[in-house]
Amino acid sequence: MLSTVTLTLLKGFLGTLRLFSETLLFALPLGLIISFGSMHKLKILRLPVRFLIWIIRGTPLMLQLLVIYYGPGIILGNNVWGSGETGRFIAALCAFVLNYACYFSEIFRGGIQSIPVGQYEAGQVLGMTKGQIFFKVILLQVIKRIVPPISNEVITLVKDTSLARVIAVYEIIWEGQSFIKSAGIIWPLFYTGIFYLLFSGLLTLFFGFIEKKLSYFR
Amino acid sequence: MRILEVLNIKKDFGYIEVLKDISFSMDSGQVVSIIGSSGSGKTTLLRCLNFLEIPDKGVIKVRGETLFDSDKPDTRSEEAIRQKRLHFGLVFQSFNLFPQYTALENVMLAPSLREKKSFNDEGLRKRSSDLLSLMGLGERMGNYPHQLSGGQQQRVAIARALAMNPDILCFDEPTSALDPELTGEVLKVIRELARQKTTMIIVTHEMAFARDVSDVVIFMDKGVIVEQGDPKDIIDNPKEERTRKFLSALSRN
Repeated sequence: MLSTVTLTLLKGFLGTLRLFSETLLFALPLGLIISFGSMHKLKILRLPVRFLIWIIRGTPLMLQLLVIYYGPGIILGNNVWGSGETGRFIAALCAFVLNYACYFSEIFRGGIQSIPVGQYEAGQVLGMTKGQIFFKVILLQVIKRIVPPISNEVITLVKDTSLARVIAVYEIIWEGQSFIKSAGIIWPLFYTGIFYLLFSGLLTLFFGFIEKKLSYFR
Repeated sequence: MRILEVLNIKKDFGYIEVLKDISFSMDSGQVVSIIGSSGSGKTTLLRCLNFLEIPDKGVIKVRGETLFDSDKPDTRSEEAIRQKRLHFGLVFQSFNLFPQYTALENVMLAPSLREKKSFNDEGLRKRSSDLLSLMGLGERMGNYPHQLSGGQQQRVAIARALAMNPDILCFDEPTSALDPELTGEVLKVIRELARQKTTMIIVTHEMAFARDVSDVVIFMDKGVIVEQGDPKDIIDNPKEERTRKFLSALSRN
């Protein structure tokens, strides 16, 4: 029984892991772009972006998943996600990416705005371009400052992936729960907890390592 | 040779007129010190020369070439300004070293980007470490800014500015953020640069230093140049009442 459960949960965990890693892959760069929008000096760009951030951070991720999955089919009469498991996964991924990108963007904004203006000016008087100043001077200092809040969000994401089940994206809790009906046992659910604990433990170690790597400067 | 001409520079920040009508010029190899109380516009003037602020009116010429003319919009584009900045170097009051780079890398960064060379380039390393040695930091090249004292950081900042070979090196109160016992080491390297005929504009509150090192002293008050001339005349025998008041207030402290 243990090996059947383990295998089933591993399969579910693979779904979790895929949603988790692909969300990060897209949400981190998108978050950076959104943060630039939210800091833009043109109101016409800044205000819509801030509005979007407000909507996304102000409503439950669960609600966003449902609206993004069912919305196009019901409102536009066109299910853009396609049918089947792949379609549901892509819909879930879009909701997660948008949601996390908005949270990340606020972390990036805080990090970028915390860099003293003297750092930009020092780059400017040395004849560096805006891009050079950002990538060679500012970015690493921002990364150093945002590692703790980003690690917080990333560990939250590990657990949030379980929300994807609301549109029937198979993940580990879905698989664990199936044993209640099929075999009348609850311990596979506790077992899923161990997966989460191990994975967030690994992430904690990883972020601790990054923090240590960046401790060579202040 | 006339290296810098500043003509009728005006700058206001909203309702405050910070620079009212500033004109001065200097020759190659000269040291000009700008003195005056805080709020007199000295720092803003340096920032205008380095294009960190864009003057509202006026002309800036280096070696006869017009770098900025408020009447000619083509001298105001961002890329044009970036190139023009290279005529000037600026050493900040608060150093503004890049914390993630060592002393040597701080000096190498801008030239390496400009010349598309890596930090491993022999020539660039040699040239940059020579500059740090000149600043008395031969032993400190591998240190990060937070491992250096304020005086050492400021000397790295001077080497970093020199690495781009500016025509004119500007200092914005280079010792004001330092503990008193550390100002000497920074003033010493500036004196050495003056001895080597580096063209410099120095905003400072160190009167004895300004008198020794400068060819010309400019006294500014409320956005105008009140008096300029030989340092001994200005500092020891000021003609203007405002200069006298400023200097006597300084010596009372």
